[in-house]
Amino acid sequence: MPSIKLLATTALALVTGLTPAFAEMTEVGASEGQLNIVAWAGYIERGETDKAYDWVTKFEADSGCKVSVKTANTSDEMVALMNEGGFDLVTASGDASLRLIAGKRVQPINTALIPSWSKIDPRLQDASWHTVDGVHYGTPYLWGPNVLMYNTEVFKEPPTSWNVVFEKMDLPDGKSNEGRVQAYDGPIHIADAAQYLMFHKPELKITSPYELNEEQYAAALELLRVQRTLVGRYWHDAFIQMDDFKNEGVVASGSWPIQVGLLQSEKLPIASVIPQEGATGWADTSMLHAEAANPNCAYKWMEHTLASNLQSDLSVWFGGNPVVPAACTDGSGMQTAEGCTANGLDDFDKIRFWTTPVANCSQGEGACVPYYRWVSDYIGVIGGR
Amino acid sequence: MMTAIFPARSLADRLTTLFWRKPKLLLALMLTPPLLWLGVIYLGSLAALLLQSFYSIDEFSGMVVPEFTLKTYAELLRPQNYDIILRTLLMSAAVTLGCAILAFPIAYYAARFAKGRWKAVFYLGIMLPLWSSYLVKVYAWKLILAKEGIITWATDATHTSGILNAILALPVIGGNSLSTSYIGMFAVFTYVWLPYMILPMQAALERVPTSMLEASQDLGATRAQTFRTVILPLAMPGVIAGSIFTFSLTMGDYIIPQIVGNSANFIGMAVYQLQGTAGNIPLAAAFAVIPILIMLVYLALAKRAGAFDAL
Repeated sequence: MPSIKLLATTALALVTGLTPAFAEMTEVGASEGQLNIVAWAGYIERGETDKAYDWVTKFEADSGCKVSVKTANTSDEMVALMNEGGFDLVTASGDASLRLIAGKRVQPINTALIPSWSKIDPRLQDASWHTVDGVHYGTPYLWGPNVLMYNTEVFKEPPTSWNVVFEKMDLPDGKSNEGRVQAYDGPIHIADAAQYLMFHKPELKITSPYELNEEQYAAALELLRVQRTLVGRYWHDAFIQMDDFKNEGVVASGSWPIQVGLLQSEKLPIASVIPQEGATGWADTSMLHAEAANPNCAYKWMEHTLASNLQSDLSVWFGGNPVVPAACTDGSGMQTAEGCTANGLDDFDKIRFWTTPVANCSQGEGACVPYYRWVSDYIGVIGGR
Repeated sequence: MMTAIFPARSLADRLTTLFWRKPKLLLALMLTPPLLWLGVIYLGSLAALLLQSFYSIDEFSGMVVPEFTLKTYAELLRPQNYDIILRTLLMSAAVTLGCAILAFPIAYYAARFAKGRWKAVFYLGIMLPLWSSYLVKVYAWKLILAKEGIITWATDATHTSGILNAILALPVIGGNSLSTSYIGMFAVFTYVWLPYMILPMQAALERVPTSMLEASQDLGATRAQTFRTVILPLAMPGVIAGSIFTFSLTMGDYIIPQIVGNSANFIGMAVYQLQGTAGNIPLAAAFAVIPILIMLVYLALAKRAGAFDAL
């Protein structure tokens, strides 16, 4: 495999006539005047959605870098966009970051050029999803849980288990959950099923929902096939999911805190919870493209993400936790200690962060089911296979 | 010193002379741009697509491996991918049939009975939906068909929700609500592509000579016999031409299955996801070749049935 990978990247480098920059930068020079970022929706706000949330305008004025954002809906889309090129930074989740590193689409960063690096939560500084062999491939950006969003008119009490979306049952209003729950339309959702099994079927001996052997993987798919009979439509677009909660009678689904916040701001009866099984989560990293055209602006932005109001305000807006813990309390933005607790700051150890499943895992060489099978099998499950 | 007898000839004059002497040069100059367009941009992109489909992808890093292989085509035969192709084919066939049945009476009336102002109204009515944005129409349908949408409301108000629930309880094509079922998707597809069926049908029906219908009557044929043995065969090329539109448009669409339906993949959606979301361009290309092959077969059959004779 490595030889094929090498061949592929070499061939690509020849075809595109570009030489990947393997060496990290040693100093931040003058601004190039622009910066292109691939980001999750709601990650980079310039006060256009809501005037109170703006962490771009001031950066543009101070650094002279005009920020352009391309939003992506899934990790796979982010990897695809980075493979195409033309971007400087990507806010990659753990299920994309290792793939980007393996594909040599991102370059190592020099943490000495980011003065605020030391303020980052020590648990994230060397996190395995952006640090390979001691080399850092990005700056942590934000982390948070995948919550269970529910309708408070149906659930007077918050649901205590993910079983409402995994098993056929009657909801507290006496009606079946068939057709009234949703699930994420991305292969990484298999990990949510595995985490549910970790709690309810200890005999499977799952230790990480991202490291599944054949037997554990088959059990997770079996659970997802049951879920298929309950789910009317899977969600991948945050706004279609919100519409389904409004018009389609959907009352419970795995979701992101931002949908919960937006629906609540429309005064709809919506709340969220992290059930007893725990939750999967995302820990996102700003990663620098191997052929970034604007590296100076990119370094300035990475420092800005740690040192400004961004951490505090972003964590309120998106419903995550700042990677600089001080941002919860230092008043740099709107976030408060209570807010961070509500977003799961104290649950860091209960959250299993998205990672790309690979064949060579802690269970042994080639013992685990790799990601490409997750992709094709999840398409199969949604198609009723 | 002698000066020129003739006035100095301008460039345009000389060009005119050149073209007059060599008419083929002018022809070549005029044909080259469109031929280049067709050859390079149109056929070239198709060739690139075909080439991509013979590559494969490195499954971890997601980079395309530019080595010739049939592995990607073999992947199409995996059950979940094969399902996608079959699902798309069945939906396209159902939509085509639905459109043909709905369109025939409308086209027949518009072609034979509508006169003067009514004819204009008919044309306008058929064309009108084409003038608004496709996305707006699909989102509107999502709301109409939603669990808490107007159809559910209407059936509740008329105490006919039992009928709706019985329809939704049908295996496979039913679902939790119209907007998450194949029935709903069928309705939206049929609505969106109907004009493309009506127009060629109407054109074909207008060409059926009245004298033949009269002759058929004079020879004692009943109305049903006239319809079956005279009108239908003569209108068939129009029906087939329309079916080419509805069939190919349904097969390539990727927006409707994303918004309406139960998230099960269709070819267009699979191509969209594989190239954009998963970065698996080879498999996306292989999927994209399928509709091309199917349409080639379809067009060959249509040609044999005489659909292009009137062109």
